[in-house]
Amino acid sequence: MSEFVYLYRGGQNPTQLSPEARQQMMQKWMAWFKDLGDKGHLKNIGQPLDRTGKLVKGKQKAVTDGPFAEAKDLIGGFSLIEARDLDHAVELSKGCPIFENEGAVEVRPALKLNM
Amino acid sequence: METETHSGKASGADLGDHLFRREYGRMVATLSRIFGVHNLALAEDVVQDAFCRAVEVWKFRGVPDNPSAWLMATAKNRAIDVLRRERTARTFAPELARMIESEWTLAPAVAEKFAPNAIKDDELRMMFSCCHPRLTEEAQVALVLHILCGFSVDEVAAAFVSSHAAMEKRITRAKKLLASSKQLFDISDARDFAVRLPSVQRALYLLFNEGYHGASAESAIRAELCREAMRLAALLRDHPLGATPATFALSALMSLHAARLPARLDASGALLSLFDQDRSQWDSHLIGEGQELLELSASGPALSEYHLEAAIAWTHAAARRAEDTNWTQIISLYDQLMVIRPSPIVALNRAIAIAQRDGPERGLEEIGVIPNSDRLAAYPFFHAALGEFEFRAGRRNRAHEHFRSALARARSPMERRFLQNRIAACVSAASAEGCCS
Repeated sequence: MSEFVYLYRGGQNPTQLSPEARQQMMQKWMAWFKDLGDKGHLKNIGQPLDRTGKLVKGKQKAVTDGPFAEAKDLIGGFSLIEARDLDHAVELSKGCPIFENEGAVEVRPALKLNM
Repeated sequence: METETHSGKASGADLGDHLFRREYGRMVATLSRIFGVHNLALAEDVVQDAFCRAVEVWKFRGVPDNPSAWLMATAKNRAIDVLRRERTARTFAPELARMIESEWTLAPAVAEKFAPNAIKDDELRMMFSCCHPRLTEEAQVALVLHILCGFSVDEVAAAFVSSHAAMEKRITRAKKLLASSKQLFDISDARDFAVRLPSVQRALYLLFNEGYHGASAESAIRAELCREAMRLAALLRDHPLGATPATFALSALMSLHAARLPARLDASGALLSLFDQDRSQWDSHLIGEGQELLELSASGPALSEYHLEAAIAWTHAAARRAEDTNWTQIISLYDQLMVIRPSPIVALNRAIAIAQRDGPERGLEEIGVIPNSDRLAAYPFFHAALGEFEFRAGRRNRAHEHFRSALARARSPMERRFLQNRIAACVSAASAEGCCS
């Protein structure tokens, strides 16, 4: 088994969703996480990230306000996944409800230290 | 914190059905009180934002033990942020103006507005505000559904089988009027309360009716309209000024009708007439509740249309079998209803009751003399009633024609199935006659 990070990008549609649709969307996420967990793929569910923040950059350490990317590319959270290989991790990501809201999952293998 | 982040611990408490919807109404009502009704749009934005945060956190962390309190606390904190940030740029509710000038009083003043009892009053205040006399009844109901029940414009449009554009126009216009009123309705003024109360009762009645008889094909949506109307009626009943005989009667009629919901469709999803329903499926708990409410409504001299409709529903509920129905009592109740609130639909229902007691020819006569019956032309059950009486009178061809007109006007799959079944009955009866004669 190898470890992968899922970065959840975009997929937020804050003002357009009705309260009912929002609740259903959340329940889908929870069901998806539960399923991943039950099958032993969820090493760490991770964290949601605030959509605002600061960017500190360059030798000058210039500080600017976020967001740093287009809303559709903004990272809204991450999870740590266990899968056989990259293909498997990609396959597992396809159940994520984020796709219903035009979001994306970035799947990144975590590098291992081979001693 | 750490252990919660691991898999399998994320499920947390369960969310009730439609929790967000209900909390939405509560939160918008409370925030409009704090911000002032002219900032209605701001209140809605803040609530949406609170939901956004809740969803982001809960999907990772699980639902907290008390999700309503969590949402309210988030809304409260956001409200304090907004008041602090915009206290110079905007004007808020006048009674809060002095309090928000100082950091010392800002948070406690807002916290006070979020006390559970205050929130309950806020919902009622918003309900009365939505029933503004300058809005049509349709607009009032749409606004109640949108603001207090958290239905999006699309969801309200689906419930009323209207186009998105038309509904958006109606709701936008209604909100504009609401936001232009100086302040929310003052529910502590007993005289104003009594004057506005009938409109509020009427709006809740129409909301319930839209769920019970309405055109939406989604029975889940319709059941929810009924539930929401019952929830808001209970809120009205809980207020000392709202707990009038007419409010009890309105609640009684809702409970007694809702009791029949489980028996209204057959296995194929076709609507079943009152006469064909399996009455053992009626919800006895709701019937009991309806009876209690009806008893509570029987005080004072006022007899409202809700009393009469509840009494009709009760007469049906009291009959174990359709053939045990006390039609004489029902006809006399419809007679009284025709005096208090005459309408072609009431007249049609009265004619149906008369046909049940005195036979189909009498029913046809009564339908023939309904004033303004042209207003019923688009109503499928007007044609269905004609078809039914002709059918029982043995005139299958005419019955067939009426059922076909009804079918052409059917508004939902279950109405269509019901009418197709009646047409099939005409055809098989006709062919049976054909081979016997």
